[in-house]
Amino acid sequence: MTVITILSTVPFILVLFFILKNGISVINWEFLTTLPKPVGEPGGGILNALVGTVMLISIALVISVPFGIMVGVYLAEHSESKVAFVARLVSEILQGVPSIVIGIIAYLWVVKPMGHFSALSGGVALGIMMLPLVIKATEEILKLIPREIKEASLALGVPYYRTILKVMIPAGLSGILTGILAGTARIAGETAPLLFTAFGNPFLNFDIFKPVSSMPLLIFTYAVSPYEDWWAKAWGASCILVIFVLFLNIATRMLSKR
Amino acid sequence: MANQSIKKQALSKDRIFNLILVISALVLILIGVGFFFSLLNASLLSFKKFGLAFFVGTNWDPVQEDFGALPYIYGTLITSFLALAISLPFSLAISIVLGEYFQKGFFAEVLRYLTELIAGVPSVVLGFWGLFFLVPLVREFEMKIGVTPYGVGILTASLILSFMILPYSASIGKDAMRLVPVELKEAAYALGATRWEMIKNVMIPYARSGIIAGVILSLGRALGETMAVTMVIGNYHGIPENIFSPGNTIASVIANEFTEATGEIYLSSLMYLGFTLFIITTVVNLTGRLILKKLQH
Repeated sequence: MTVITILSTVPFILVLFFILKNGISVINWEFLTTLPKPVGEPGGGILNALVGTVMLISIALVISVPFGIMVGVYLAEHSESKVAFVARLVSEILQGVPSIVIGIIAYLWVVKPMGHFSALSGGVALGIMMLPLVIKATEEILKLIPREIKEASLALGVPYYRTILKVMIPAGLSGILTGILAGTARIAGETAPLLFTAFGNPFLNFDIFKPVSSMPLLIFTYAVSPYEDWWAKAWGASCILVIFVLFLNIATRMLSKR
Repeated sequence: MANQSIKKQALSKDRIFNLILVISALVLILIGVGFFFSLLNASLLSFKKFGLAFFVGTNWDPVQEDFGALPYIYGTLITSFLALAISLPFSLAISIVLGEYFQKGFFAEVLRYLTELIAGVPSVVLGFWGLFFLVPLVREFEMKIGVTPYGVGILTASLILSFMILPYSASIGKDAMRLVPVELKEAAYALGATRWEMIKNVMIPYARSGIIAGVILSLGRALGETMAVTMVIGNYHGIPENIFSPGNTIASVIANEFTEATGEIYLSSLMYLGFTLFIITTVVNLTGRLILKKLQH
C-alpha cells in the first residue's frame, strides 16, 4: 500500500526536477527585464508576460475580492434564506465550470461587445474563476467566529454595518486571505480562458483595454512552437510560474493552519 | 435630538449595507443564470441548423460548414474514464495510507504536501512536461508493442489527466476514510480481523459513498481539463481507432479553433460544444457534491 502511495508521487517529482533542470539556467536578469526578440535573434526575455500576468491577476482581484466577500457575508448572515440557497448553488456550479467555458463567457460578455481582445476580458474570466473560493472562505470563517463577539459589538451600540466591516471581517481576515491566496494560486497558471480573451501580446502594454501576454499564455505559445530557443524560454517561464504557484500554495497552507 | 439623528443615520447606513449584501448575492445568481442563457443563445444558430444530430455527426468541416461533435464527445469521455481507471488504485492507496496508517507525523505531512503541490502545478506546465518527457516515453512503448508510434494521443492525455485528478480523489477519499467510526474498527479487530481485513471489509465499504463522490468530482475535473490535454492529444479530427491514436476532446477543439473560427455557424458550433461541456460538467459536479453533502449530515 505504502509502495503504491510513494509511487504516485513519482510523476510530481519528475515534473519538478525536469522544470528546475531545464528552467533555472535560463533565468537571469536579462530574461526578466527585456521583451521577446524575433526568432533567431539571441537574447530577449519575458517582461511582457510578467507585466501581463500582474495586470490580469490585479484585475481579477479587484473584481472578485470585494464582491466575493460581500456575497460571503450575505451567505453567513442569512444562511437560511432562499436567495442564499440559490447563491450557494451558483457558487458551487461556478467552481465546477471548466475554465475554457468561463473563457467563452468572458468572450461573449466582454470581448464581443468591446470588439477586441483585452486584458480586461482576461481579468474578468480569471475573476469569475476565483470568485467561488473567496465566497466560500468568507462564509466559512464568518460562521466560525463566536456569536458573542458580534453581540458584544452590537450591544455597545456599534451599528450593524460597522460591526461587520470593522469587527467581523477583521476577525476573519486570515480565513478570507486564505481564500484569496488559494484563488490567486488557482488562476495564476490558468491558460485556457486567456486564449481568446487576453489573447497575448509580444509588446509591453499597460492598457487594460488592449491585449496582454501572460506567463501561462507565453509558455503555451512557446512550448508548441518549433524553435529550440523558444522552448528554453518556456522552461524558464515554467520554472518561475511553478515556483510562484507553489509559494502561494505553501502560504495558503501556513495561513490556514494558524 | 442630536443623538436621535445619529441613530437614524446609522440605521439608514445599515439599510444601505444590507442592500449591498442582498444585491451582491443577487448579482451572483444573475451571473449563474447569465452563464446558462449566454451559452444557450450563442449556440442557438448551430442548434437550429444541426439540432440533436450534432451529437452523432462525425464530420467537422469548416469549409462545408458541416459540424458534428461525436469524435470530441467520444475523446472527452474516453480520456476521462481512462484517467479515472489509471488513478483509482493510486488514489485509493493514498486515501488508505493517509486515512488509516499515517494519520499524523512526518510521512503524512510530506505526502500531503506532495499531493497538494501537484494539484498546484499549472495545467500548461504539465502539458509542456508531457510533450517533452511523456510523449517520447509513450512513443518508445508504442514502438515496442508494435503500434503506430505517434507518442501523442488518447493514452498520453489520459496519463497526464490521471496525475492531475489524483490529489482531488485522494483527498476526498482520505476524508471519507477518517469518517469511519473508531468503534466499528475496534469491533472488527475484536472479532480477530487483521488490519488489512479490517480495511477491506469495514473501512472501504463504510467509506464507499465518499470514495465514489471523490471519483465523480475528479471526473468533472477531467472532463473539462483543457491545456495539458490540448498539448498532448494530437488534435486529430476523427474518432480515434484505439487508445494509442491521436484524438481530440471538446475542450481541446475549443482551445485550438476558437480564435480561428471565421464563419458564424463555425463559431456557434464551438459555443454549442462549450454549452454541452458546461451541462455535462455541471451535472457531474452537482451529483458529486450532493453525495458528499449527504455524507456529512
